[in-house]
Parts: sequence; structure tokens; C-alpha cells
Amino acid sequence: MSEAQSPGRVVIGPASKPALPRGVKMRHDATRDRWTILAPERVFEPDAIAVAVLQLCDGVRSVEVIAAELANTYNAPRERILADIVTMLQGLADKGVVVA
Amino acid sequence: MLAELTHRCPLQCPYCSNPLELERVAGELPTQVWLDVLAQAAELGVLHLHLSGGEPTVRQDLEAIVAQAAKVGLYSNLITAAVTLTRERLDRLAAAGLDHVQISIQDAAPDNADRIAHYRGGHAKKLEAARWVREIGLPLTINAPIHRQNIASLPAIIELAVSLGARRLEVAHVQYYGWALRNRQALMPTRQQVLTSAQLVERARERLRGVLTIDFVVPDYYASRPKPCMGGWGRGSLNITPSGKVLPCHAAETIPGLVFENVRDRSLREIWLGSEAFNRFRGTGWMPEPCRSCAFREVDWGGCRCQALAFAGDAGLTDPACAKSPLHAEFAAVAGREAAQEPPPLVFRNPRAATAS
Repeated sequence: MSEAQSPGRVVIGPASKPALPRGVKMRHDATRDRWTILAPERVFEPDAIAVAVLQLCDGVRSVEVIAAELANTYNAPRERILADIVTMLQGLADKGVVVA
Repeated sequence: MLAELTHRCPLQCPYCSNPLELERVAGELPTQVWLDVLAQAAELGVLHLHLSGGEPTVRQDLEAIVAQAAKVGLYSNLITAAVTLTRERLDRLAAAGLDHVQISIQDAAPDNADRIAHYRGGHAKKLEAARWVREIGLPLTINAPIHRQNIASLPAIIELAVSLGARRLEVAHVQYYGWALRNRQALMPTRQQVLTSAQLVERARERLRGVLTIDFVVPDYYASRPKPCMGGWGRGSLNITPSGKVLPCHAAETIPGLVFENVRDRSLREIWLGSEAFNRFRGTGWMPEPCRSCAFREVDWGGCRCQALAFAGDAGLTDPACAKSPLHAEFAAVAGREAAQEPPPLVFRNPRAATAS
């Protein structure tokens, strides 16, 4: 599927600087002891990797920088992590969970 | 948690999900009780708070309620008709910590929208309020319930939501309870209209991927699988009425023999976990056959009890929306029959019509 299909759609690439927009909140749910993302009419349950990525999405770090940091932290191949993060963040951007 | 702050509303939508017996203003919970309930809700593990009604903005203490939601960590959604809003009020609510605004629209065509809402000039006010929400920077959802009297506008409604900068659009077909059930013959679309609308939504979802999220459901009458009503009875949602009654769903008070407890008398935790009403249809133990051994029992949780009551005469029976119900064919036939006839006049939602019903 073409990545630039809809005008106005956020397309995530290595140079994108992702962040959670206003109205999207990631927090630790004490009752259930897990991380949640709250957005309009949605509750997401991110896994540990998604949490680690999203915690670095401050609107300042580029996806490339985030990949480099995570590659370092987890001692994993940077190119692989970069590809995975772009895919993950594109999915979240399509749901309105991240902007860039 | 759906917090129905009041049943007062300037609109008179004929499909309103409030019960026919609208609650009196004098019985509304005072501010302090709502603040305490919100704190209890957060402690219980509620994540989303829906501030609704009636029209929640007729409550002067709405800012205090929103501030409390922010303080205790509840995500606040304002569910509003928006005709009573001013820019200043929205600024105050945003400053108090409001997370999200959902504005209802009744059609994309202004005259028909105002006719359905029974409120002249309402549509224009909603568009203005939507602009303010986006100027302030809050996320916006447009909610346009679909029925035979606005279904032709579905494409225009989708375009309107995009042009207003909404990130989400709800175009659910009206669900037939309360006032909508009262007006069913005037609102029920044909099967073909429903199918066409579903195809239209699918195409729009592809075209607008990453731009607009569209939530859509068909009327139960044309389904073959029942909906997982409320995500399952007493499983993840609760409603609090303006007078403080805690309900598993909007229409639960229609079920005879259930007693609904009040937040003034008992803690929310005790009501949620221990009340007879919440436990009556929770889980799968109450299910009759064919539900009890059905592979989908933990997918749809038995569908809708209120619908089983309304159509099968007993809230403990199989939801007629399910193809496995012996009443399923008759249920679908009712919809087809009513949709084929001329719509009768709408009974508009107001306290006078409530007592006349």
C-alpha cells in the first residue's frame, strides 16, 4: 500500500520527530499494573518495546536518534530497530496516537 | 464511566439514549457528590470519564468536575450538543484540564439537522464550536447518529468531519432503546440502505487512513451476530444517572426485578463488585442455551439484555439479534416492515412527551 495515500496523513520517516499530541496520554495504570495510552474513545495497551519507544518521542528526537539510542540500550542492530520503529510509529500515527 | 450530569438538554433528538422517564432537575447530584464519585472512580480503576447527559454544559459546576477529573487522573471526554457553548467556556474547560470534545451533529444539511434536533440554528452553532475546539488545540470527535432521515447525507457528513478538523467520526446507526425505540418506525432504514452505508464507510476508511478514524455500527436488526453490548454486562463500563443511580447500561432500568443502587448510599466499588444488579448478567454463568455452550460467549457476552427483554419478553433470553435466537427472523422482519412504510411523525425528546409516553 502506498505510504502517501491520503492528503493530511502523517508519514513517518527517519527524520520525523514524533510526539504524543494533546489529548493522548501515556501513563502507568496502577490498578492494572501496566502501561496504557489513553486517546479519544480508545485505550491502548503498549508492550514494553512500544513504551520504550514512546518514552523517547519528545518531538525533539528524530526517529533516527531514537533508533540509535535503543540500539545502544538493547545492544541490537540499528538498521533493524529503525525499520521496526518506523513501522510501529506509522501504525500509531494512522490512529492519531503520535504526530510528527 | 458515563456520568450523566443532567437530563436537561436544549435539543430534542428523537433517538436520545436517555430513558423515556427523564430525571427531574431537583434530584440531580450536587457538585460535592460528583467530585467524590470521580475520586472513587479513579481509585476503582476507571480510565475514561464521559461527561454527558442530557447536555452537560448546562451544569454550572462543569469546570469543577473537569478539574477534579484531571486531578484524580481520569481522562475527560465532553459529550456535548455544543449549542450552549461559548469560546470563553471552552477556554475555561480546557484550562481546567479537559482532554477531548465530542460534538454531536444531526445532519450535514443545516435545515434537516435543525429539524431533527428540534432546535433552530443549532447546526451553525455546532460548526462554530467545532472551530473553537480546534483553535484551542483539543482533539475533536464528531458524532452523527445515522437513521433513515439522514442516511443520504452520510458522504457529506464524512466530508464535514474532515473539514472541521475532527480526528474521529462516529456514524453509528441509531440503537433502538429509549426514545429511539419509541421512534423506531420513523428512524429504521432499509437493509439495502444499511449495506450501502457500510460499503461507503469502508471506502472512506481506506481513503482517509491516517486522517480520520471512523467508528460505525449497523442496527442490530440487520445483524446476524449480536453486539458485545457495553463490552459485556458489568465488565468494563458503568453509567451514573443524574440522581446518582449506578447502571450497567443506558436501558437497564427497563429490566424488571433489578434494583439499582445509588452513589449516595454505597461506595462505587461495593456497587460495581457486589450489587445484585451488576452481578445478575455478569460473565457467562447466567446464560441459557444456546448461549451457554456457544463459541462466541466470551466474544459478545450474550449481546444485549435490554433487547432480549424488549423483544423476547425476558432479559435472560437469547438476544434476538443473534442468528441462533428462535426470534431472529421475526426481529429482522420487524425492521424491514417498518422501514418499508412511511415514517410517522417524530416524537421529540422532552419532559412533556415523556409523561405522554
